[in-house]
Amino acid sequence: MPPIDGAAMPAVQLNAVSVAYGLTGGGRYEAVQPVDVRVADGEFVAVLGPTGCGKSTLLNIAAGLMPPSSGESLIFGQRLQGLNTQAGYLFQQDALMPWKTARDNVAIGLEVRGTPRRQSLEAADVMLAKVGLASFGDRYPHQLSGGQKKRVALAQVLVREPKILLMDEPFGPLDAQTRLIMSELLLDLWQADRKAVMFVTHDLDEAIALSDRVLVMSAGPRASIIGDFPIPLARPRDIAEVRSEPEFHRLHAAIWNTLRDEVRKTYGLGNATKEVRA
Amino acid sequence: MSRAKLLFLQVMVAVVVLVFWHVFSTVPLGTGSDGKPYYLLPQFFFSTPLKVIERVFLMFWEGTVYKHLMITLTEAVLAFVIGATAGVLIGFWFARKPLVAAVFDPYVKMMNALPRVVLAPIFALWFGLGIWSKVWLGVTLVFFIVFFNVYQGVREVSPVVLSNARMLGMSERQLLRHVYWPAALSWVFSSLHTSVGFAVVGAVVGEYLGSAAGLGYLIHQAEGVFDVTGVFAGMVILMIFVMVIDFCVTLIEKPLLVWRPTETRTVQ
Repeated sequence: MPPIDGAAMPAVQLNAVSVAYGLTGGGRYEAVQPVDVRVADGEFVAVLGPTGCGKSTLLNIAAGLMPPSSGESLIFGQRLQGLNTQAGYLFQQDALMPWKTARDNVAIGLEVRGTPRRQSLEAADVMLAKVGLASFGDRYPHQLSGGQKKRVALAQVLVREPKILLMDEPFGPLDAQTRLIMSELLLDLWQADRKAVMFVTHDLDEAIALSDRVLVMSAGPRASIIGDFPIPLARPRDIAEVRSEPEFHRLHAAIWNTLRDEVRKTYGLGNATKEVRA
Repeated sequence: MSRAKLLFLQVMVAVVVLVFWHVFSTVPLGTGSDGKPYYLLPQFFFSTPLKVIERVFLMFWEGTVYKHLMITLTEAVLAFVIGATAGVLIGFWFARKPLVAAVFDPYVKMMNALPRVVLAPIFALWFGLGIWSKVWLGVTLVFFIVFFNVYQGVREVSPVVLSNARMLGMSERQLLRHVYWPAALSWVFSSLHTSVGFAVVGAVVGEYLGSAAGLGYLIHQAEGVFDVTGVFAGMVILMIFVMVIDFCVTLIEKPLLVWRPTETRTVQ
């Protein structure tokens, strides 16, 4: 019998999870082969892979937004049925409610679970201050920049104090400078109370700089996990400085070695050994 | 363009039309073969702007028009309230229950394709010559506009916003209140000018086809006795009436749609 104590359990455990889609006109598209993913409590795991490899699909399965074709997901040892209520999800696209102000967007996550409105708004203000938007509470999403909207979305997720954070290329649509600032902010907030994080990205630098472990996925169809790299860089990390450490470069080279052929596959190119100079 | 300049140009359009109308209805262009003066816009058919303005003033001065205005307003407001309420409720229902929507789809299309004027006589039979036959005519117009907008609005809620709301722990009822309802409402408001306009159209057309009071009745009466001045006066009052209602709608929708992106302009 497994221990009941949740702390000893992995926060997220995907056991032999596979994904297949039915195609219109019959047939099956095998997107993801059976894979195993474990994210320990307090661990920051990045899932890295070429575009369209099914890494976001894995995240949606962990969130309970879609069921796997086979296999099971365990959240702190409990079999996941329906939505994962212990997780906060940060989406790649704009997910704020455009008809609510930033403050209301953050407060709503508390209000729906029964927190009185006043308390929710106070908590929202505190959280908005933490993401550096103290004076932007009354703005509507369309009055905020892309980076600011991401900050609100982050506050919206964090204010509910989820035990698990699921992030789907959250900083993908942002410009390079804003991404760096957002990564710093995320690490700062995460450092304060380490939650389990599953962070999907296609950016190798970002993956190494942020995480404790990088999982590399192969290109689809029948994508699988082809690499599992621990990132032994010291914490707390300075996002800007960590990139100049020799260890960072060693890891970068090792992971890129695994990733490169998969990226080439998605573009219909051959192996690196047959590389033709551009 | 500055507001003053815009307003000036808008007024100029009216002035040009009125002057054109006045000149060609009062100044003869020559003499016809029968020896009578020849007008481009004979007064029997076109009246003159001054006469029309005078008549409008008289109608307000003597107070004969207020009763008719109130009747038309009541009909339009009732038509709008009933039509919009039904449109929102059924729009929501159809959007949330695809099977219902699929079953009723051809009938909705048929009803919507039917020119509503043909319903006026039958409504007069069913509901009498009082206000209710006009109200229901207006309802058939307003309902479809609101219905289609709500249906579309609820179905086209961004799936990402929806997933996010679910992940934030919203139940189906909370989704309805915090996501579907505001999304649908924004569509209703964007069609508010059209639907309010159609509520007035329904009322006036209904009155025109058979009634004892209302602006449509006034115009119909004047036409019956070849009182062209009266017809134009009725039209002018109707136009003012619709403008005032449209202005009120603008006042109502502004605070309700603050969250919508507007064009940003640089200032100097």
